[in-house]
Amino acid sequence: MSDVLQYTVQGLAAGSFYALAALGLAIIFGVLGVVNFAHGAFYMLGAVTAAVLLDTTEIGLWWALLVVPLLLFGFGVVVERLLVQWLLRLDPLYNFLLTFGLTLLLVDLVKRKYGVSGLPYERPEVLDGRFELLGVGLPKYQLFVLIFSIAVCLVVWLVMTRTRIGMIVRASTERPELARALGINVGRWVTPVFGFGVALAGLAGVLAAPFRAITADMGNDFIIILFAVVVIGGLGSIVGAVVGGFLVGLVEAFGQAYAPTYAQILIFVLMAAVVLVRPAGLFGREETA
Amino acid sequence: MTTTHGVALRTVSLTKQFRGFTAVRSVDLEVAQGGVHALVGPNGAGKTTLFNLLTGFLRPSDGTIVVFGEDVTGLPPEKIARKGVARSFQITSLFENMTPREHVELALQGGSSQGLRFWRSERLLRRYRPDVDDLLDRVGLSAQADRPSGLLAYGQKRALELALVLALDPKVMLLDEPTAGMGIEDVDRTVELIRSISAGRTVVFVDHNMHVVGSLADRVTVLQQGEILAEGTYDDVRRDARVVTAYLGESHDA
Repeated sequence: MSDVLQYTVQGLAAGSFYALAALGLAIIFGVLGVVNFAHGAFYMLGAVTAAVLLDTTEIGLWWALLVVPLLLFGFGVVVERLLVQWLLRLDPLYNFLLTFGLTLLLVDLVKRKYGVSGLPYERPEVLDGRFELLGVGLPKYQLFVLIFSIAVCLVVWLVMTRTRIGMIVRASTERPELARALGINVGRWVTPVFGFGVALAGLAGVLAAPFRAITADMGNDFIIILFAVVVIGGLGSIVGAVVGGFLVGLVEAFGQAYAPTYAQILIFVLMAAVVLVRPAGLFGREETA
Repeated sequence: MTTTHGVALRTVSLTKQFRGFTAVRSVDLEVAQGGVHALVGPNGAGKTTLFNLLTGFLRPSDGTIVVFGEDVTGLPPEKIARKGVARSFQITSLFENMTPREHVELALQGGSSQGLRFWRSERLLRRYRPDVDDLLDRVGLSAQADRPSGLLAYGQKRALELALVLALDPKVMLLDEPTAGMGIEDVDRTVELIRSISAGRTVVFVDHNMHVVGSLADRVTVLQQGEILAEGTYDDVRRDARVVTAYLGESHDA
């Protein structure tokens, strides 16, 4: 029983990274129609930036959670204006080439500057140690990641459902042609939405910094799992991204605990099963007509 | 000689080519202000392509589009919508997870000038409420206002689409097969609804149901293979030998 609780928290904490990043991926895909293969690299940049900030300016985790997403938002805006905007009218093949190429570029630039061995990251002392719950000692940091991510997802959900910008993003995501027919200038939201999606990937990276090895390659495996998350949840579905993220985190944690050899495979078995039953993913919209 | 006065919508040699295939060929269409104008023709005649050109969803290969004397050729869809030209879609097109109320609110805000004040909360935007209730009432959806639109019956979905067009308070309404896929009762109700909302506006619509065309349209344009084949009142067009041939095939008079 105590094991189950422990793996659940561990899985949900790992799932938090997927959920936040997949949320960004879903919003970008929804509004731009661009599948951002560079999302893993943005996640890596979030972690690396946090590590560099701590090392050079002693800006710790608390401030990094605010500053790094803002920096990545700015970076995302630049990337969208310089590169991604040219994709919107092109064949999806270019989408893959550009964002994958950008990944290689970013990964190698980080390798060149910081090498291949991991960067260190120390979390605030207050998040060290364990928290006693139902007689089980749970790592405080995992609980923090979990609560923080759920809070961020809730805020994003409130913005999506309760504000005008949220309504516009949802409308543009679901049916851009209808949104435009209603006089909504979908194009105006493209750049900030891309920046916001990148910022979410960066935020996931900051949260992962004290928890994972910070290397230039940390985004490579991450992006593969992230696509499993998106396929399971349903490409472009905001709820699907979050649910899929936590689900995959759980499968990963329990897999590693009870069948370590098959932990990664299990995720893709889950993905295959979902696709067989619901080709558009758990929360995806089936294309009719 | 044609004059601009009294013409809501005019196209001049409007043409659209897709990789060597001409979907719309040199169409000169003139829609009178306040008129109800039907576009008919066999599948593939270019009716929906023409709609997409008129509403900016496609860019013409050649020709111009003039709305109330203003050249709108090449403008994006959202700009054309704000010029008072609203459209519905051939295939039901709604945001499945939003309620009819949210749809209408979005449509009422979409064309407004306060686009940048996006942080306003939904509650403040509820000042649109009287308009929203009125619009939903007019299309008979008051009771369904707060259910997800995905759960509405087919006829209700199409009624909501008309409410969205109406919410834009357009001068010209372009309705792409508003009665497609409906049973007889829904068709009759929709015809009545279109008649009631078209007062004081110009309507262009596509429909395959000749009963609908006959009872609504005061002018009919027949398209075939991207070109205008015939034009006139419903009775003129119905008796036109070329139209009969186009619809029933060459062997008809044999």
